[in-house]
Amino acid sequence: MSWIADNVALIWEQLREHLYLAIIPVILGLIISVPLGYVATRYSWLANPLIALGGVLYSLPSIALFIVIPAVLGTKVLSTVNIIVALTIYTVALLIRNVIDGLRSVPADVRQSAVAVGYGALHRVIAIDLPIAVPVIFTGLRVVTVANISMVSVGAVIGIGGLGELFTLGFQKDFLTPVVVGVVLSLLLALVADVILVALQRLLTPWARVAAPVGEVA
Amino acid sequence: MIEFEDVTKRYPDGTVAVDTLSLRIPSNEITVFVGPSGCGKTTSLRMINRTIERTGGTISIDGEDINGKDAVTLRRGIGYVIQNAGLFPHRTVVDNVATVPKLLGWDKRKAHSTAMELLERVGLDPKLAGRYPAQLSGGQQQRVGVARALAADPAIMLMDEPFSAVDPIVRHQLQEELLRLQRDIGKTIVFVTHDIDEAIKLGDNVAVLQVGGKLAQFAPPAELLANPVDDFVRGFVGQDRGYRALTFVHPDDLPLKPLPEALAVQDGVPVGWRNGSATELLPIGSVFKRGDSLRAALDAVLTSPTGCGVCVDDDGRAIGVVDQATVAEVLRS
Repeated sequence: MSWIADNVALIWEQLREHLYLAIIPVILGLIISVPLGYVATRYSWLANPLIALGGVLYSLPSIALFIVIPAVLGTKVLSTVNIIVALTIYTVALLIRNVIDGLRSVPADVRQSAVAVGYGALHRVIAIDLPIAVPVIFTGLRVVTVANISMVSVGAVIGIGGLGELFTLGFQKDFLTPVVVGVVLSLLLALVADVILVALQRLLTPWARVAAPVGEVA
Repeated sequence: MIEFEDVTKRYPDGTVAVDTLSLRIPSNEITVFVGPSGCGKTTSLRMINRTIERTGGTISIDGEDINGKDAVTLRRGIGYVIQNAGLFPHRTVVDNVATVPKLLGWDKRKAHSTAMELLERVGLDPKLAGRYPAQLSGGQQQRVGVARALAADPAIMLMDEPFSAVDPIVRHQLQEELLRLQRDIGKTIVFVTHDIDEAIKLGDNVAVLQVGGKLAQFAPPAELLANPVDDFVRGFVGQDRGYRALTFVHPDDLPLKPLPEALAVQDGVPVGWRNGSATELLPIGSVFKRGDSLRAALDAVLTSPTGCGVCVDDDGRAIGVVDQATVAEVLRS
């Protein structure tokens, strides 16, 4: 216990770094996946190769990626950019499928009437397609956010890992408290992030929770 | 007036959906495109708002080629209703209706109040304004679809099988309401259906199309029933076209007989036929109004257990009956 009291500043710092390293890739990944997913629904032959590519990228071991990226990008081994780039790749790899599925979930008659009432192509995607795709996109967003929060810790192996660094600290000193603190805090972080995403989704999609009509009345 | 001149739609694979279609769709009337599936009726409709681009010929609205302005602007000036309504599931009823006014940049409050007026106009309770489409019945959704199409007061409304997916009772109500609405608004309506009965009921003019996108006949419904131009049209309008044609016969002077003893009435409204000494009344059958078509009168006669069809006034009170002999007499003349 006294270790925790003595190291509040360190723990707080690692927690902040952990959050930063996990969330920035989610935001970047979303910004990349949405236009990419839209292009894939526009040119449908692109969709399956993209989803397949996503699967392959996601199966790359994270440690390998953390090590290869500095070599490819020319960044310093200890740069946070490496982690952010790697996790952004995972985010896009996972999210692309949900964005494509989400955009495909827009019923054909809804899309047809959006065109017919006079929405231009881009306006339609923003005002009609994306809002309707939100529930499917959020399913992916929740998975990827939790996955990122757990994966940041792996970065500790190369020296930048948020709460993961508490693990290395604990192992090096053969001292369990930092490890427990790291585990508990990353679990809490994942839980809180998920709760926030669920709340955000509910806020964005009040229409998805309404009850069907009772009986057929004209 | 919407004018088709040698309009053709040929797909890259060589399929011809519409073949040199030429016709004039008069303003302020309902024109119905009817035909079996594959006849190009929906394609023809959708070429008007350029959601399908034709490959040959010209389409003009009031003399102006529809390619004269960009497609999005054109579409905002044409109402559009489809099967299942195609409402935006993430928007409330009133926001769905206000779609086009908002796209046109109307003031928010004006768009909202116009949308509320339209809801009432299509027979929807204003209390439904804040609901989402998933909370409405099929019939209600379709009314919202019509309100959305009319929101910016377009001169033209395109309707693509709008009532095909609702049950027959609701469909009948929606058809009646469309006719009532049209009497007020007098839009140029182009209506697509595969149902010849619907075409005859709604159309001021009916274009019968045959597979391959050829126009078989373009005529008012009475003319179509009386003089089908060829075997295809004859076959399509059906075996009982003679009976259907009675829809367009309105005998103003159908002689009514006084109410018979056997007819039980309550406050003037017919409730059933007395059946000897039995306490149970026999059902009344269908009734018709003064000025209804001969088809309605004949139907009343055919469905009545006594062979006497009951005629009622606007308040539903019995004013007389016709018997088989009278109807047969009118039929002969």
